[in-house]
Amino acid sequence: MAIMTPWAVDISNLSFRYPGNEMPSFTNLNLQVLKGERFGLFGPNGAGKTTLMNLMTGLLTSAEGSITLDGLKVGAHKNRVNKLFGFVPQDFSFYQELSPAENLEFFGAWYGLNSNQIGLKTTELLQIMGLEEVRDKPVSEFSGGMKRRVNLAIGVIHNPEILFLDEPTVGVDVQTRHAIINYLLELNKNGTTLIYTSHQLSEAEDLCNHVALMDKGQIMAHDNLDSLLKQHKQQDLEELFLNLTGKHFRDDV
Amino acid sequence: MFKLWATMVKDVRVLLRDKVGILLMFIMPVLLVIVVTSIQNSTFQLMNKNKLVLLVSNQDKEELSNQLIQAIDSVGMFRVQQLTHGADAAAVNAKLHNKEAELAIIIPADFSVKVNSRAQASANKALKSFGLDGDSVRHDTGASNPISLYYNPVLQEQLRLSVQGALRSALQLVESRQTLRDLYLSINDKPLPAKLEREMLSSKTEINQMPVSRNGNRLIPNATQHNVPAWTIFAMFFIVMSLGGSVVREKVSGSFIRLKTMPTNYLVALLSKQITYLAVTMIQALVIFAIGVWLFPFMNLPALNIPHATGALILVTLCTGWCAVSYAICIGVFAKTQEQANGFGAVSIVILAAIGGLMVPSYVVSGPMKTLVSFSPLHWCIEAYYDLFLEGGKLSDALANIIPLVAITLLLQLVTIVGLKRKNLI
Repeated sequence: MAIMTPWAVDISNLSFRYPGNEMPSFTNLNLQVLKGERFGLFGPNGAGKTTLMNLMTGLLTSAEGSITLDGLKVGAHKNRVNKLFGFVPQDFSFYQELSPAENLEFFGAWYGLNSNQIGLKTTELLQIMGLEEVRDKPVSEFSGGMKRRVNLAIGVIHNPEILFLDEPTVGVDVQTRHAIINYLLELNKNGTTLIYTSHQLSEAEDLCNHVALMDKGQIMAHDNLDSLLKQHKQQDLEELFLNLTGKHFRDDV
Repeated sequence: MFKLWATMVKDVRVLLRDKVGILLMFIMPVLLVIVVTSIQNSTFQLMNKNKLVLLVSNQDKEELSNQLIQAIDSVGMFRVQQLTHGADAAAVNAKLHNKEAELAIIIPADFSVKVNSRAQASANKALKSFGLDGDSVRHDTGASNPISLYYNPVLQEQLRLSVQGALRSALQLVESRQTLRDLYLSINDKPLPAKLEREMLSSKTEINQMPVSRNGNRLIPNATQHNVPAWTIFAMFFIVMSLGGSVVREKVSGSFIRLKTMPTNYLVALLSKQITYLAVTMIQALVIFAIGVWLFPFMNLPALNIPHATGALILVTLCTGWCAVSYAICIGVFAKTQEQANGFGAVSIVILAAIGGLMVPSYVVSGPMKTLVSFSPLHWCIEAYYDLFLEGGKLSDALANIIPLVAITLLLQLVTIVGLKRKNLI
């Protein structure tokens, strides 16, 4: 049973440790994201961003603490929760042998859309992503930027309330990045909550209105971006990031 | 239902774009069936068209060795080629090394003398036992030097034993005839009339070959009837190369991460793969059977006779396909890489085919291997097919093999589900 809640994401007392690891990834982590926010989650390599993203999307499960999406507990209401959100992983998550239209047709069905809805959304998304002319070509023949757009289109085909984005613009040219960021802002205007993680901090400033900085499994800072910069007396997000997490290398091994 | 349909459409599209996979699933098995049936057909025809060349070096100058050569020739298994007198072991060896023949015999110089002597001794013994006086001067001069059989080591033991049996029967004929002639001469003081000799020595009892058949059909089994079902099963199970790899590819690719975050159970994907690839196995069987029926006669191979029990044939083919698909998915779920799936899949199918009776008939297997046979799903598949293709059985006859096959399939499905649960994939 869903309850009325202002939170798109509500993480409460979450602890998690990978099997075989002595050190926990998180201990009693708390984090809330309001509905309609453009939330950025940042941190150096190994900070725990991807693990947290995987826990929020149900790819990993934790026995301690809870995560709810729009009031529904992740893990307990798998089908309902999974309908709520879209996921754009960093890796290309589609069938390279298929065309963008065929990928959208398949993933749309898996999101529970009927063939009419899929047809309409496919036409709309391919137009927005500038892929109409290659709609029937195998994605394997596409450039990295085109593949990124296919990856994003699949994640939003079912009009999700929450959209998880893991480095959605990595390795793309300026034009593609611009197009993707604009589309995400448009989605957010229509009510979709964005949960975004990236190492592109300048891009994050364009996209996010709320940020959390993570390191070693802990939230170091979490607030409105402007407030955070003022609070820590920093000019931009990159300075704030280095100030809070240090300048030494963080090799994630 | 729409999800399942969309997934099947996706699977078919992915499959159709995998040209190498299609090649492995269709062209290779068809080639395999044609090549193996052609080779096996040559073995089946060993007794008529494709006789074994037998070189004969006759070092004996007397008549009995010629009679032996005639007797060997009349066995029907050999094309006898006589070497010039005096060709010794070295010369025979050289000819075999030169691949002029696979077999050769050397008849020793004292062959006729010794056979004669033994025949007369036997005749004397027989006369004495009848209470008549035998010629006491004649004694058995002992065994002659043996006839040496030279053979190419590539010749299989089974064939070598058949050759030895054929030679022994020719030898027996010559020795018996000589004994009979001596006996007749001693009693009647005149030679045995040729007509009587033929009458006494020729076998009166024919051997009528009757392949057991449940529907009364007495078609003599041929290489096609044996091989087409066997290699069809092999082809169906060989989809492990495509399907097992496809499951692993999906599992390790990014698409699987997305699938796991979607409001649809991964079992839908597995069900779709089962239906899609089951259809593939049905098409494989259809193509191979069609080749057996229509193409083989144009290749001078016996045509495949499709069993009359069509319903049973469809059911056996469906169960075989389902088991093959279940096996491939099970491999795909447990393999971590495509190389693991392909390597283990291919080798395990060859092993299961070998112990299941596809390569060597399972009735020749003995000891602990006999127990192992039952664990090969391919064994139950081939037995069910043979019930229909060779024995003219009906559905009720094939059921005894279908039931264990379905049991193995269900076990594979269970193991797959346990594997998916343990890996947190469903």
